[in-house]
Amino acid sequence: MNFEQIVPSMPYILQGIWVTLQIVLIAGLLGFAIGIILSLFKIGRIPFLRWFADGYTSIFRGTPLVLQLMIIYYASPQLFGVQIEAYTAAILSFGLNSAAYISEIIRAGIQAVDKGQREAAMALGVPYNKMMKDVILPQALKNILPALMNEFITLTKESAIVTVIGVTDIMRRAYIVGSDKFSFLEPLLFAGMIYYLMVLVLTFAGKWVEGRMRKSD
Amino acid sequence: MIKVEGLYKSFGQLEVLKDINAEIKEGEVVVVIGPSGSGKSTFLRCLNLLEEPTSGKIVIGQDEVTGKKFNPQKLRSEVGMVFQHFHLFPHMTVLENVTYAPLKVKGVQKQEADRLGRELLAKVGLSEKADEYPNRLSGGQKQRVAIARALAMQPNVMLFDEPTSALDPEMVKEVLDVMKSLAKTGMTMMIVTHEMGFAREVADRVIFMDEGMLVEQADPTSFFSSPSSERAHNFLQKVL
Ligand SMILES: Nc1ncnc2c1ncn2[C@@H]1O[C@H](COP(=O)(O)OP(=O)(O)OP(=O)(O)O)[C@@H](O)[C@H]1O
Ligand SMILES: [Mg+2]
Repeated sequence: MNFEQIVPSMPYILQGIWVTLQIVLIAGLLGFAIGIILSLFKIGRIPFLRWFADGYTSIFRGTPLVLQLMIIYYASPQLFGVQIEAYTAAILSFGLNSAAYISEIIRAGIQAVDKGQREAAMALGVPYNKMMKDVILPQALKNILPALMNEFITLTKESAIVTVIGVTDIMRRAYIVGSDKFSFLEPLLFAGMIYYLMVLVLTFAGKWVEGRMRKSD
Repeated sequence: MIKVEGLYKSFGQLEVLKDINAEIKEGEVVVVIGPSGSGKSTFLRCLNLLEEPTSGKIVIGQDEVTGKKFNPQKLRSEVGMVFQHFHLFPHMTVLENVTYAPLKVKGVQKQEADRLGRELLAKVGLSEKADEYPNRLSGGQKQRVAIARALAMQPNVMLFDEPTSALDPEMVKEVLDVMKSLAKTGMTMMIVTHEMGFAREVADRVIFMDEGMLVEQADPTSFFSSPSSERAHNFLQKVL
């Protein structure tokens, strides 16, 4: 092993952190937003929406993420009539995929809120939408924060597969450096270390937020 | 004020309320008693449509609330309810609990809602707790906040479902005292309780329920001294 030979390439690989983070952050927010909507469909009273949300979840959880990614990227001319950028395809597929998982997390969180909360709000004449927004969701989100953090960590690690459609994230850059130098182990180990540190930071941040939440109880 | 005619309620096969007929006048305080499972809570919950009656007619004020077109939200903002387990909103302060519905349901201005909220908290003796979160309160304090929260919508009727049953004995009195003073203001109240002393002292009328039926209703003095039905007699022997 000879790490010296990749030292000049380290900044190049490190710049991939920003690419990875951008994908994960935007996809995470997208997944969260769609996840909330899907979870509301799931607990709602409209059969078609319930059916739709359940079907959505089932399909996105039941097929490989890399397949979803490749369909959205390579089939985009057939799907949307234009070739979308790899970066956009990455965000879209990760966002849609994590929405399926997040909607399940939120649904469980909503159902774990004491049913008396709902009755108290109803007894005050609070309409359904406001009750959800002001009474139920804030309590549900508190319950599900650890699970959401886990999903976010998974997303960070899994994001490495965007490399297959050519997005120059950490992974892709390590691979490029490897083929450049005819030596893969060092850059890949370096990439692995970056992912691991990112996950550690996220885990730590999650614990910190959780601790703050518990204090406010 | 409230008129109930031929009210039936079933959960699936289980018939919980059978042909309930009752009338409650404005300013009247009615206490509902009866054995566990007799349908007292269900009766109360039908009155603000937390349970949908299977059949029968309920009229509150001018409105037939069992009518198809009737909007339950309107009814609920005029009928306050207090639960056994308080159900305060844990992520809101005491004052926010009290002002939430006026702000979001009635569209009262913030300043006005806060003023009313503080006034109500003063009435239930909790002014100094306005900015605390509910989990910092004792059970008795929580229930008093819950009463203030219901009153903040300025309801015409207040329903209480065993408001003191979840409380430690030493906290029962503070809640009953608040209810007593509320009764003195002329509020129409319907109270499910096992506090017989309170019923005797405060009720204008006692309703006795058993097995989903309204078995007997009478003024408290004659009810407690000489109930006319066998079932009420047996019940009172057990609880007194
Ligand atoms: N949502 C529900 N679904 C099915 N059965 C119910 C439901 N709510 C109440 N019941 C049943 O209806 C009957 C009457 O219940 P209710 O809670 O009205 O009695 P209660 O007189 O208030 O009793 P308690 O003194 O124990 O509170 C009981 O047999 C109860 O199991
Ligand atoms: Mg009950």
